[in-house]
Amino acid sequence: MTDTPSEPSAEEPPRVETRTGGARPDGRGPVSLGNDSAAGARRARNQRIGNHLLVHGSRVGAIIPALALLGMFATLLVEAIPAIKFDGWGFFTSSIWNPGNPYSPPSHAGGVYHLAGAHFGAWPLIAGTLESSAIALIIGLPVAVGAAVMLVERLPARPASVLGLCLEVLAGIPSVVIGLWGILTFGPWLAQHIYPALTHLPNVPVLNFFRGTPAHNGEGLLTGGLVLAVMIIPIIAATTRDLLLQVPGTTKEGAEALGMTHTEAFFAVQARWVRGGVIGAAVLGLGRALGETIAIALVSGSIQQVAPNIFAGMTTIAAAIVQQLGSLQGDPTGLGVRVVAELALVLLGITLLVNVLARMIVRRAARGAALPVGAGF
Amino acid sequence: MSAAVTTPSGLSPGSVDFSISTVRRVRNYAWWTLCALGLLCVVAPVAWILVGVIGKGISVWHWSVLTTTTQFIGVSNSIVGTLVIMVGVGLVAGVVGVASGIYLAEIARPSIRATLLRSASEVLSGIPSIVFGYCGYLVLVIGLHWGYSLLPAVIVLGMLVVPYVTKATELSLNQVPVAYREGAEGLGMSKTYLLRKVVLRAAIPGILTGIIIALAISVGETAPLLYTAGNTNAYPSVALIHHPVGYLTYVVFTSLENPNIQIENLSYDAAMILIVIVLLLIGTARLIVRLSQRYAPNRALGRPSRAERRAARELAAGRMTEDIAAGRMR
Repeated sequence: MTDTPSEPSAEEPPRVETRTGGARPDGRGPVSLGNDSAAGARRARNQRIGNHLLVHGSRVGAIIPALALLGMFATLLVEAIPAIKFDGWGFFTSSIWNPGNPYSPPSHAGGVYHLAGAHFGAWPLIAGTLESSAIALIIGLPVAVGAAVMLVERLPARPASVLGLCLEVLAGIPSVVIGLWGILTFGPWLAQHIYPALTHLPNVPVLNFFRGTPAHNGEGLLTGGLVLAVMIIPIIAATTRDLLLQVPGTTKEGAEALGMTHTEAFFAVQARWVRGGVIGAAVLGLGRALGETIAIALVSGSIQQVAPNIFAGMTTIAAAIVQQLGSLQGDPTGLGVRVVAELALVLLGITLLVNVLARMIVRRAARGAALPVGAGF
Repeated sequence: MSAAVTTPSGLSPGSVDFSISTVRRVRNYAWWTLCALGLLCVVAPVAWILVGVIGKGISVWHWSVLTTTTQFIGVSNSIVGTLVIMVGVGLVAGVVGVASGIYLAEIARPSIRATLLRSASEVLSGIPSIVFGYCGYLVLVIGLHWGYSLLPAVIVLGMLVVPYVTKATELSLNQVPVAYREGAEGLGMSKTYLLRKVVLRAAIPGILTGIIIALAISVGETAPLLYTAGNTNAYPSVALIHHPVGYLTYVVFTSLENPNIQIENLSYDAAMILIVIVLLLIGTARLIVRLSQRYAPNRALGRPSRAERRAARELAAGRMTEDIAAGRMR
């Protein structure tokens, strides 16, 4: 099509064609406009096909993600039912994970075939997931917010955009590469230079959680949490930076004109403006930390235990799925794969809950966004 | 707040005290020092990861890595596999994501159904990648007897990144200036014709950026591929099913603690190649944003100033960062 705005009539054929439903029997388009009539009819037909494709194709495309979502839920649920029957509530409270003895004949309990001695308790996995993500958030949130504030409020435009590129690069580094760095470089460095200092903390509640023996390569709960923190920083920092950039300049100037220092102005104006959005981003980051798989599988030490101290090895639900699926495939009763489905369902439940929470916070923050004038201190 | 202006108004300017108390001054410096430390804690790991991985990668680099398969200490088959998977994901996520973006932005009227479809896409973007991989394993690899192969891998990864393409498409369609639509309608175009010939064309840069984001996420994924693509030491075959595919993240994941030093080094080589691919993709996305600004036919609407264009670029880059960071980490 080489239609130009100066020839409005050239735009006419498709419109009329689609309305009247096609070419006349004599092969001439309803509005020929001096074009070759056969070409006009062909073009009209193409237009009609194109329009249909656009409308109906896009409808199909919109339904596919919803179908995929429902399909995944249904698959996991159906697959997990025998495991849910077999494990009961003990799945959430028990710490014993025993796939059973594959060399003795399978037994039959409550309508579910299982290997002799099989018992699946996922509490260490659930605890590990929550603990590592909590560490990630506690470390990552202040760092990310501080960095974003520095980039927007303090640095000149050019250095800020160069350093801002760091966020983009950090966002793009694949998680397996961050895991590689975590286990071969970061973890050993922490174990050598940082962790020895922490282990001398006084033996009082909370702080005695730090009293333990770090592994020589640092793998364990704290390293896992720190690696997760590095990974959620770009999510929170990029969001905070975007929000800070949208704060209108006049309010900041007004605050400073009242004699506030930059810091006071920041807390009076910008902090109030971005608060809701930052909390939303933090919860979103938390959701992502809960589901991170490969980096945690590499740096967590992969021990299914509730970590007795912050340096001890642990693992998360997501990492355990990757690590266990290979061996549980060999379960001749098929219960192993079904237990993994139950794990996946639990993980799905936790992350969905957190993500829905994040959406609600962001929505509320977006509705409440207004000039903080008159909000009081 | 201790008073900056200590005297009542109405006195002569000379009597107004503009000095700031020491406590406030210290508090001010302390806050900005903390923020600077935060920035340092962001920049340092980035530099450390890049220098550490790329430095180590270069020190063990042999060009033969690019031309030999894993069987003979190389990653050429994994590079081909990763590229093939990328093309597949681009097709699946591109077609489905763009279609659903168009539907949500242009065709669906505000209704419960549209809200449901939009939330489905949002929910999908929050599901951990290992759950995708496991479902793909259950349904496609085992259920349909496809075995570890390309098609399950592409479908699983495609579904994983579809929400990002949908979001980018919807956003960039909503940002097409109203004047374009008004002008086209004034010329008598039908709604669908206008959509195809005017609005979609104006939205192409944004849609392309969305697809690149999807590719950047999918190229770094490991978890969903472990139990769908399988692994092989040979080049991927043309068969869509029943033939496993090797890919770069698998090499990084499995060979990093191999007792054979040559194989261990492969994981650094693969990590370096992955970083290069991702950085190239991010650079391409930035270039698209910049070019679309330069060649946008917006002179009639008043060309935005340099600062405005810069701000728009920063905003686009920020959105991209959020999406890639959130998508990579699932």
